Amino acid sequence: MAVTNTKTSQPANPNDRVYGAGHKLVGKNYTTPDLIAKVTGTSKYAEDFRAEGMLFCRLVLSPTPHGRIRSIDASDALAMPGVKAVLTADDIPAQADYLNDNGQTIKASKWGERALTNEPVYQGDPILAVAAVDELTAAEAIERIKIDWEELPFVIDPLESLRPGGPNPREDGNVWTRPKDHPGPPELTKLKWTEKDFEDYRQGKLPMGEAPDTWSYGDLDAGFKNAALVLDESFITPDVSHQCLETRTAMAYWQNGKLYLHTGTQSTAQTVPAIARWMNMSPDNVVLISEYTGGGFGSKVTGTVIMIVPAILSKKLNAPVMMRISREEEHFIGRARPSVEGRVKIGFDKDGKITAMDMFTVCNAGAYDAASDGNTAPRIASLLFQPPAMRWRGVTVMTNTPTRSAQSAPGGMQAIGIIEPILSKAARKLGVDQVALRRVNCPEGKAQYGPPNKEGKRAHTTSCFLKDALDRGAEQFRWAERVKQPKRMGSKARGVGVSLSTYVGGTIGFDGLMVVTPEGKVRFHSGIGNLGTESVIDVHRAAAEVLDVPWDVCEVVWGDTSRVFPYTCASGGSQTTHAMTRAAHSVATECVQKLKEVAAKSLGGSSDDYEVAHQRVFRKGGGAGLSFAQAAQKAIELGGIYDGHEAPPDVHKQTKQAVGMLAGRGLVVSAKDKYPRDGDTYSYVASFAEVEVDVETGKYYLTDFLAYADVGTVLHPRSLGGQVLGRSTLGIAHAIGQKWVLDPEYGVTVAKRFYQNKPPTILDVPIDMQWAALDIPDPETPVGSRGVGEPPVGGGCAAVLNALSDALGDEIFQRAPVYADTILASYEAGRPMQHPLMANI
Amino acid sequence: MAIIRDVMPAFDLLQPSSAADAQKLLQEHGSDAWIMAGGLDSFDWLKDRIKKPKVLVDLSGIDELKGIRVTGDGVEIGAMTTLTEVAEHPEIRKNYSVLSQAVSVVASPQIRNQGTLGGNVSQDVRCWYYRGGWPCYRAGGNICYADTPVGRNREHAIFGADRCVAVHPSDSVPALIALDAKFVVQTSKGEKTVDAENYYIGPDLDITRINMLQPGDLLTAIRIPSTWAGATFYFEKVRDRNVWDFPLMNVASAIVLSGGAISRIRLAVNAVSPRPMRLKNVEDAVVGKPADASTGEMAGKLAVQGAVPLQFNAYKIPLMRNLVKRAVCGVAGQQAYGALTGDLDTQEVAWNS
Repeated sequence: MAVTNTKTSQPANPNDRVYGAGHKLVGKNYTTPDLIAKVTGTSKYAEDFRAEGMLFCRLVLSPTPHGRIRSIDASDALAMPGVKAVLTADDIPAQADYLNDNGQTIKASKWGERALTNEPVYQGDPILAVAAVDELTAAEAIERIKIDWEELPFVIDPLESLRPGGPNPREDGNVWTRPKDHPGPPELTKLKWTEKDFEDYRQGKLPMGEAPDTWSYGDLDAGFKNAALVLDESFITPDVSHQCLETRTAMAYWQNGKLYLHTGTQSTAQTVPAIARWMNMSPDNVVLISEYTGGGFGSKVTGTVIMIVPAILSKKLNAPVMMRISREEEHFIGRARPSVEGRVKIGFDKDGKITAMDMFTVCNAGAYDAASDGNTAPRIASLLFQPPAMRWRGVTVMTNTPTRSAQSAPGGMQAIGIIEPILSKAARKLGVDQVALRRVNCPEGKAQYGPPNKEGKRAHTTSCFLKDALDRGAEQFRWAERVKQPKRMGSKARGVGVSLSTYVGGTIGFDGLMVVTPEGKVRFHSGIGNLGTESVIDVHRAAAEVLDVPWDVCEVVWGDTSRVFPYTCASGGSQTTHAMTRAAHSVATECVQKLKEVAAKSLGGSSDDYEVAHQRVFRKGGGAGLSFAQAAQKAIELGGIYDGHEAPPDVHKQTKQAVGMLAGRGLVVSAKDKYPRDGDTYSYVASFAEVEVDVETGKYYLTDFLAYADVGTVLHPRSLGGQVLGRSTLGIAHAIGQKWVLDPEYGVTVAKRFYQNKPPTILDVPIDMQWAALDIPDPETPVGSRGVGEPPVGGGCAAVLNALSDALGDEIFQRAPVYADTILASYEAGRPMQHPLMANI
Repeated sequence: MAIIRDVMPAFDLLQPSSAADAQKLLQEHGSDAWIMAGGLDSFDWLKDRIKKPKVLVDLSGIDELKGIRVTGDGVEIGAMTTLTEVAEHPEIRKNYSVLSQAVSVVASPQIRNQGTLGGNVSQDVRCWYYRGGWPCYRAGGNICYADTPVGRNREHAIFGADRCVAVHPSDSVPALIALDAKFVVQTSKGEKTVDAENYYIGPDLDITRINMLQPGDLLTAIRIPSTWAGATFYFEKVRDRNVWDFPLMNVASAIVLSGGAISRIRLAVNAVSPRPMRLKNVEDAVVGKPADASTGEMAGKLAVQGAVPLQFNAYKIPLMRNLVKRAVCGVAGQQAYGALTGDLDTQEVAWNS
């Protein structure tokens, strides 16, 4: 569907912009109810809780990348005063299989990560925990524990594992393969390439041996044959730890058979079933308290399995147990984005329009479970660059390196990081303007993407206005003016870069839950995690608007599952804003209907005779009515479906349970999001960067940056701006220096602290970094808002890489991040001086 | 023995209020004592449980070690003066600006508020193997993990390696060498005053010590003579991040010009060798020559003669060549390249204020 956009550019200063035309709450700034506690430091994170008689536990992490514990002698430790228990892998319950929402049983993976292990598969894998009266006692006890090891073969580089005779990370294999004969998750198999496959390695090209995963569409050969330019490039994106400022600390205690667990998580409601699965217990007996979370970025979608360690110790010792996680521990167990080594051959016509794309990926999945980044990358590439013909082949390799998980735009960040620099090179070779080249390849409207399904049909998006974002961004960034400026001044080289960016932006089908109380208040039960994005609160602004109530009569409860929550999406995949504005809109719409029914039952007539406004339900055109407080009281008298003694038949069982627990508290309303949607929801960003490089030192500065977002209706401008710039910065980190450093001889990490692995600081990005948003509603969702968390990430990285190659030329780097040393050594030599495929240096 | 990090071991905390008391305590406890100034280096070692001293002598309560005194012949800076105070002191900014420049780019504003000049010049190396508790030569073992065919040594030495290839990480020291500063050390045999560059010990002399301090010794002050007051200075630090980072390399020079020619110069670089390096041969070679680009080029080439790169740090050779070039052609260099550094300082101040 083509949507014509007639809006003009928004002012550069976000405070001067007007969003939410025609809305009362949507698109307006406001103070979220968690804000004052956050900025004054009174918000309580997991580590801030204390309980009577609380013990502390500390972990022991594996010093070796792969080993098997023969025996643990903890007798000296246990003999120390104050030492309460030593927990080992033998004390950890087997993970339960579980039923997904489609009723399918998902078997616990035999390669899945457990809280503690007797066969650590990476340096830093937790092997035991010690509980004591304080941390010092626990530490001294740990130093008295003797562990007898059998060292096992290890591999940290996926390509080394694929070499003929290369080591396997585990005895049963090295490569994740989707079973061909039966459906199910990937399985670990053995795959080695040939010496011939590796011939390309010596030329700095990614070898392309047998790949278990592949798909294609269109006529690839014709696409390359008709191309005016064909480029075949290899590029590596980095392993990057999430480095949440709040480490995954957890505190647990038991009361009356119920587990109370305090921890940080991205998703409140959806973390309960995860804990239940890891503990092999009923979710009915789990209470999670997570009012504030200090960052997740995909590493805490439903928390992580380590959080059950204090829960098990607490049960064993019948005392509360606090497990604090240190920064070094967080480096190992805090998850990371997998690096993807990519080789992409792209054909372009003379205007830069892509004619064909042949993509090969090697994904370093780390030590546990298959990472899907390598599989997602080509789907994002096919959407963002719209190649008419495309093939993808991919290998996902297990290595003895820390556990990976989704990190903001998993696979998308890597696809954009790998392909965008090739587009920049093509534009230079073809003499086409960089923005113009993006424009001819840019997706639009209901853009098709990914491989065809069994019926030969390709998926498509709900909407895409990225071309508008690109045009307006170019205008706001003064692109045309900047490209004309001189590139060299003394030892300084200037460069500008642009990148397209996208990632998924929403799901559907979740529930809303609210109560109109006998006091006349409107209370929303938010099962969304409070991970800093403010969606936990923001989505309910849409509901308040449907009810036509002022925001100050609304209350949002969140963060403690004893306050009961509806079936809520996990906050991952940037789905929350989209999914939960729909659920909020549904429940508010249902609430209006229920208010009318209550009025009709109380005052006569039919519900259609009534309308809702100004915190009242009253006869259309004036006459008898009820205040919200009165309607709530009437709902309690009516009982049944009105006060929560019954739940609607189509809501999720989690919602039904929550409704039951609110029974009798007022007008209790729940509803499932049943709005139609044609297409899959994605959001988009056009990113622009300027760099200044000192070619005599290699040092460069990011001097300007703009991210122009197409994220549907702007829901909350201030939090949107925070997300667009924050996630752009996450992407920028991949370009400018956040890193892993691994010693391949010992298979271990040497850069474990912030000053060594170097996440960017506030001074590494421009002070006046800019963002803007189109504010064009997505036509396939009632509020029009799409998610924003992940879409800016790839563009943040690639815009900087493209600006660097604009300043320095195409022969300096083939790998991110780009450091001063890479630039200096290569600029002197006029060619890449580091082997492009040697990572983690 | 299983390993755990990030739990400070128990020790006796001694908090003397005078330098004499501190010295007495240090001599009494000898090698059992750990001296703590601002704590930025100490806490890493202690919390990692790699160093477990019996007693910790905390110097933070000794007022006589704090502050900057303008003397008849320059300035004297107490060892416990914070880096922020050094950076902001008007006399230092006016006459010894190479030092204020250098300390203002140490780590981060918070670290400079807590870190002291004495601590900054006396800190240990930051090789990640050594700091990670690996039993390397410097830690008393018999191997260097960084200097292997695959060892990760991007930030390591190109000069002065002798079993250990760690570099000295201080930003203030090259500036102090350029200013011909003297370090005042109290020892059991009385007060010793040494030239800045001679405070340091290379691995060839004693691989387990980074400076001359023996158990019981105490650095009390740093004296900057007026010899170089108001000279033409150059300082530049190259680092990965714009704040909170050790140098990949830094350079400092003090030059007195006479009729366009260099009449006197002192020049030092750091993060290239286990010891801060004064480049005496370069100083000698450029005296009498004009402070221009061609002298700079010559100086840069001379400076890197004899450099031995490791697997991942060959970039340090052109980096040192270029930094020395800039430090020698000083004035021109600052005009051409100073703008951005200036911006950055302003940025950092803006965020700090």
